[in-house]
Amino acid sequence: MQNNNYNWERKTNLRIIKELIFWSAAVILFFYCWQIISKLTMWPFVYDGAEQAGKLLSRMFPPNWSYFPELLSPIWDTITIATLGTMAAVVFAIFVAFLAAKNTTPHPLLRQLALLIIVTSRSVNSLIWAIILVIILGPGVLAGIIAISLRSIGFVSKLLYESIEEIDKNQVEAVTATGASKFSTLIYSVIPQVFPTFVGTTVYRWDINIRESTVVGLVGAGGIGLQLNESILGLKWPNAIIIFMMILSLVFLSEFASAKIRKLII
Amino acid sequence: MLDLAEKNYKWQRPHLIKNSTRRWALLAGLLLYLVFIFISLDIDIQRIILGLSRSQRYFADFFRPDFISRWDSIVNGIIESLTMTYVSTVFGIIISIPFALGAAENISPKIIYYISRAVIVISRSFQEVVIAIFFVVVIGFGPMAGVLTLTFSSIGFLAKLLAEEIEDIDKSQVEAVRASGASWLQVMIYAVMPQIMPRFIGLAVYRLDINFRASAVIGVVGAGGIGTTLNAAFDRYEFDSASAVLIVMIGIVLIGELFSSYVRKKVE
Repeated sequence: MQNNNYNWERKTNLRIIKELIFWSAAVILFFYCWQIISKLTMWPFVYDGAEQAGKLLSRMFPPNWSYFPELLSPIWDTITIATLGTMAAVVFAIFVAFLAAKNTTPHPLLRQLALLIIVTSRSVNSLIWAIILVIILGPGVLAGIIAISLRSIGFVSKLLYESIEEIDKNQVEAVTATGASKFSTLIYSVIPQVFPTFVGTTVYRWDINIRESTVVGLVGAGGIGLQLNESILGLKWPNAIIIFMMILSLVFLSEFASAKIRKLII
Repeated sequence: MLDLAEKNYKWQRPHLIKNSTRRWALLAGLLLYLVFIFISLDIDIQRIILGLSRSQRYFADFFRPDFISRWDSIVNGIIESLTMTYVSTVFGIIISIPFALGAAENISPKIIYYISRAVIVISRSFQEVVIAIFFVVVIGFGPMAGVLTLTFSSIGFLAKLLAEEIEDIDKSQVEAVRASGASWLQVMIYAVMPQIMPRFIGLAVYRLDINFRASAVIGVVGAGGIGTTLNAAFDRYEFDSASAVLIVMIGIVLIGELFSSYVRKKVE
């Protein structure tokens, strides 16, 4: 600072060089990856894509409004899959979360098991769970519900156990000092602290699950995905646009509802 | 307070919903809903029993993952998935930035705000698989359809969260830079960007993670990636190979998660 010629600079030279190396590596990797994909692509089809998309959209009009009543039952199934799937997931997730949190786990080995459950559940998409479950349970809403809940357990438990690990220890100590049992400590000091996160996470997941449950029908696990697949494979575009509009409005409503609930409780 | 004077007062945990009629009504409604659903579910017990006995064979295969017989297909699928993930995340980041700026209420004009929000809503409403079906129909099978799908759904995700971040920035810094005579671009670079950069990098890495996971399912409808391998394995009832694919996927997600938490810790 004693130097009169000092000019403020955003970054030091060393940092600029480091960032330059990082960014050029990122760009090179990007072009390398792009090349791999480009080799696997039929470019004439891609050039044609915009025109095809335009044609496709024009075929959707006029929408086939008489299809709407037929969709009411599948859309109800879709909501059911999302809601029950979330409920079932939450019940399991509470146990898994308490096993996975460092400060509440009964044994380190159980903690590792819980973490394994969380990773497995989070890595495998609900559509893949649905494929497996349809083979076992047969097509239907039940397979969809279980698929959605298997996928959600990891998500809910992960956010929940992270919030359990961040609780205020003083409150736990205060309750323990009154001579409360382990279980009472959990109920009176841990749960009240994580409750808002818990509700927020649950509602957020429900919102995501509405979206997910629109596709499990593609593999036969119930809901509107079945009709979607049918209309697209059958090239019935006037029907497809009705389905798209229904999904759009359902997602809109669920987002609105979940925002309301979160505001009400947290 | 009157209660306290009574000798028999016992402290009770406060209820979540104070009004007791409303509490019971909500509970009753929930119960009614569940009962109604269970009746309408129409569970076919016999089919389940049949399925369970048939699937025992498959389940045994699940615990004997077979990495060898489809190894080439697995490797190709993983490479395709990883390249799709990276390319589409880069595209998603680049395209999402203008939409994020447009969707931030505090720095954009009303018309642009509504247009950007509409794009975000459409992108976020459709599950990746639905978008993938559309792109496969339009440009044909292969990873390019997957790249377009993942790019499209990344835009909504990144733009929405980034816009929220921009709306929360400290205005005094923006004013200070503007007061020094900076242009719009300079305000963005020196006042807005430093405030949102850590969060943005975190989001981008998180989206990389999500895109990899999604790349595993859009293959089911023909949009390339490891999902194609997985779907083929399921179609041929080769559950040992399917199990191998799933294990490889879980491993990569695990590595990705470690990487993303390391990056986020470093920047935030």
